[in-house]
Amino acid sequence: MALQTLSQKSQPRAEHDLGLLRDMIRIRRFEEKCAELYSASKIRGFLHLYIGEEAVAVGAMGALGPDDNLVATYREHGHALIRGVPATSILAEMYGKQEGCSRGRGGSMHIFDAAHRFYGGNAIVGGGLPIAVGLALADKLQGRSQVTACFFGEGAVAEGEFHECMNLAALWKLPVLFCCENNLYAMGTALKRSESETDLCLKASSYEIPAWPVDGMDVTACEEAAKRAALAVRAGDGPCFLEFRTYRFRAHSMFDPQLYREKQEIEEWKKRDPIELYQNRLREQGTLSDADLKGIEDESAAEVAKAVEFAEAGTWEPIEDLTRFVYSDKTNP
Amino acid sequence: MNASAKTARMTYREAMRQAIREALQRDPRVFLMGEDVGRYGGCYAVSKGLLEEFGPERIRDTPLSESAFVGAGIGAAMGGMRPIVEIMTVNFSLLALDQIMNNAATILHMSGGQFNIPLVIRMATGAGRQVGAQHSHSLEGWYAHIPGLKILAPAVIEDARWMLWTALEDPDPVLIFEHQTLYNMEGELPAGSGPVDIEKAIVRRPGTDVSLISYGGSLHKVVQAAEQLAPMGINAEVVDLRVLRPLDNATIIESVTRTHRALIVDEGWRSGSISAEVSARIMEGAFYELDVPVGRVCTAEVPIPYAKHLEDAALPQVPVIVETVRALMGSNG
Repeated sequence: MALQTLSQKSQPRAEHDLGLLRDMIRIRRFEEKCAELYSASKIRGFLHLYIGEEAVAVGAMGALGPDDNLVATYREHGHALIRGVPATSILAEMYGKQEGCSRGRGGSMHIFDAAHRFYGGNAIVGGGLPIAVGLALADKLQGRSQVTACFFGEGAVAEGEFHECMNLAALWKLPVLFCCENNLYAMGTALKRSESETDLCLKASSYEIPAWPVDGMDVTACEEAAKRAALAVRAGDGPCFLEFRTYRFRAHSMFDPQLYREKQEIEEWKKRDPIELYQNRLREQGTLSDADLKGIEDESAAEVAKAVEFAEAGTWEPIEDLTRFVYSDKTNP
Repeated sequence: MNASAKTARMTYREAMRQAIREALQRDPRVFLMGEDVGRYGGCYAVSKGLLEEFGPERIRDTPLSESAFVGAGIGAAMGGMRPIVEIMTVNFSLLALDQIMNNAATILHMSGGQFNIPLVIRMATGAGRQVGAQHSHSLEGWYAHIPGLKILAPAVIEDARWMLWTALEDPDPVLIFEHQTLYNMEGELPAGSGPVDIEKAIVRRPGTDVSLISYGGSLHKVVQAAEQLAPMGINAEVVDLRVLRPLDNATIIESVTRTHRALIVDEGWRSGSISAEVSARIMEGAFYELDVPVGRVCTAEVPIPYAKHLEDAALPQVPVIVETVRALMGSNG
C-alpha cells in the first residue's frame, strides 16, 4: 500500500493527496497502538514515537523508488511502514517474536528489511550516516542510479560523524539525500542549548552541499522538497541536504517526563498538527469527504488490528538459536 | 593467480601488496580505501604502486575521518562491494570503534540474518619502533572480545600473502592486524602455498616439553627463544594462534596435552588480555594435564614509552621468555 505513492504520476491528483493523508494516519494510529501496548507491557525496551513528525517520512518517501536505499534512526516505525515493511512484521518485531522483521533480535530501534532496502533502524545517534555514504558509494562504483535516503535527527549534527560524512559525501559526489529531522530536541537538549550555530542548512552548505529548510509539518512541502532534491541527487550532482523543521508531540521515549520543555510550547506546535492541517486543506479543496476519512480511518484501524493479531500469535525463537546470526551460516534466510 | 611452483623470497610488505593486487585483479568488487593508501603509497608503503595500476576509484584516498570511511566500508559491503579498509594504526581505529562494534559486528544479528557485512579492515598494530604511546599499542585482544568479528594476526610471509583472500571470501567482517615491525621482515613464500584457512591455529615448531603460545610480532621472539632453549635441553613447541577470534581451542588444548606446560607470550597488556583468555581456556580444558601453572609474558602495564630502553623493557623480549620457560621447567623439580 505504501509504495502506491511511487506510481503517482499515473494517479489522479486527488487519489495521490488522499494517499498522503492515509499514510500519515497509518503511522499515527499504528504508534498510538504501540504506546498502548507499551503501557500493557507487550512492547518492552525503548519505544520512540514519531507522533507529530509524520509529514516528514510520508512526504520525503514520495521521492523514492523501490530500488532506492533507506537508512533510518531509532525513531523509524513510520519510515518502515511507508517504505512498505508490513505493519505485522514491525509490530511482531517490537513484541520480540521471530515473525518480526528482524526475528525479534532488533526490537523497536532496529527494524531491518532487506526486501525493502531498509538498512535499519540505528540506535546510535549519527551511526547510520556513514552506512548511507557507503551504500551510495557502492551504487556509484557499480554504475547504478539509486539514491540513498538517510534520516537522522538534529542531535546528530553535534556528532563528528555528521561532519565527516558531509565532507565525504560531497567530496566524492555521492548520491545521498540527507534528511535531517529537526524536532528541536536531542532527547532533552534543545538545539539552541547544544549548538553554537543553529542554522543547520548553513552547516551542510559549508561542505558545498545544496541545502534547504522545509516546513516539516506540511506534507506537500516535504514531498516537493524531497522530489526536487532527489532529482538533483539522481542526476549525479552529489548529495543534497534537507532540514525538515518538525516537532514531536510525545516525549523522547516512553520513559521521558519531559521536564525540559513547556507544555505551552507543545500545545502551540500541536496547532500545526500535520494530519489536521492537511485534512483541513483537503476538505477545503473538496478532495476529502467524511466518507473518505472514515474509509481511511477504518482501513488504518484494520491494519493495526491485524498487526496486533499477528504479533500476539507470533512465536518465540527457540533458545537453541540464540547464537545464530553472529556469523553468517548456510541456514541464514 | 595460482600458487607458484617454486619458493619466492619477499618481504612481509611485498606479500601484503601481492595479496591486495591479486584481490583487485580477481574481483571487480574489491577496492582499497584509507588514509594515504593512494598518492602517498600507503603509510607503511604496502599499497605503493597500486594507484598507478588500478586508479583512484579502486585505490581510494580518504580524509582523516576514520569513523566515516570505516562506516562507508560497512555500507559499501552491504551494497554489494568487497571493500578493504586500511586504518593507519590500531590506535586510530578507536575513532571508528563505534562503526566497527555497533554496526559491523552487530548488524547481521540485529537484522535477524538479513544483512551480512563482507568487509575486511587492515591495520598496523604493536610497538618496537619508538613511535610513542599513541602509535604503539596492541589492541587486537580488545577486538577479539567482540562477537561478530573475525580477528587475524598474520605473523609469517605465507599468512601475509594468503590470509587476505580468505578474509575477502568470508561473508562477515574480518580485521587483520599487521605488526608494524614485520613489514621489513624477509622470508620465503613456500612453494605451492595458497589460500590459508582463517579458523585454525598452527604449530610452527613441534616440541615436547612446553607449549609457547603466541601470535603476530611476538611469534618471532618466541621462535628465537625456542631456538635458545634447545641447547639447554628444553624442546619447546611453538603455537601460532593466527586467529584471535574465533580462538582455535582444539590446537591449544592438544599442544598442552602433549607438553604439559604452557607459556603465553602476548604484546597486549596482561590484564584482560587475549593471554588471559587463552590461559583460562587451558585451565578449563586441560587443567589435569598441567604440570605447572600456565605462565604469561606480556607487555608491562604502561602506555608504551618513547625511549628505546624503556620501550624494550615494556615489551616481551627473548631473554625474559627464555628465563620464564626455564623457571616453568624448574618449578616441576
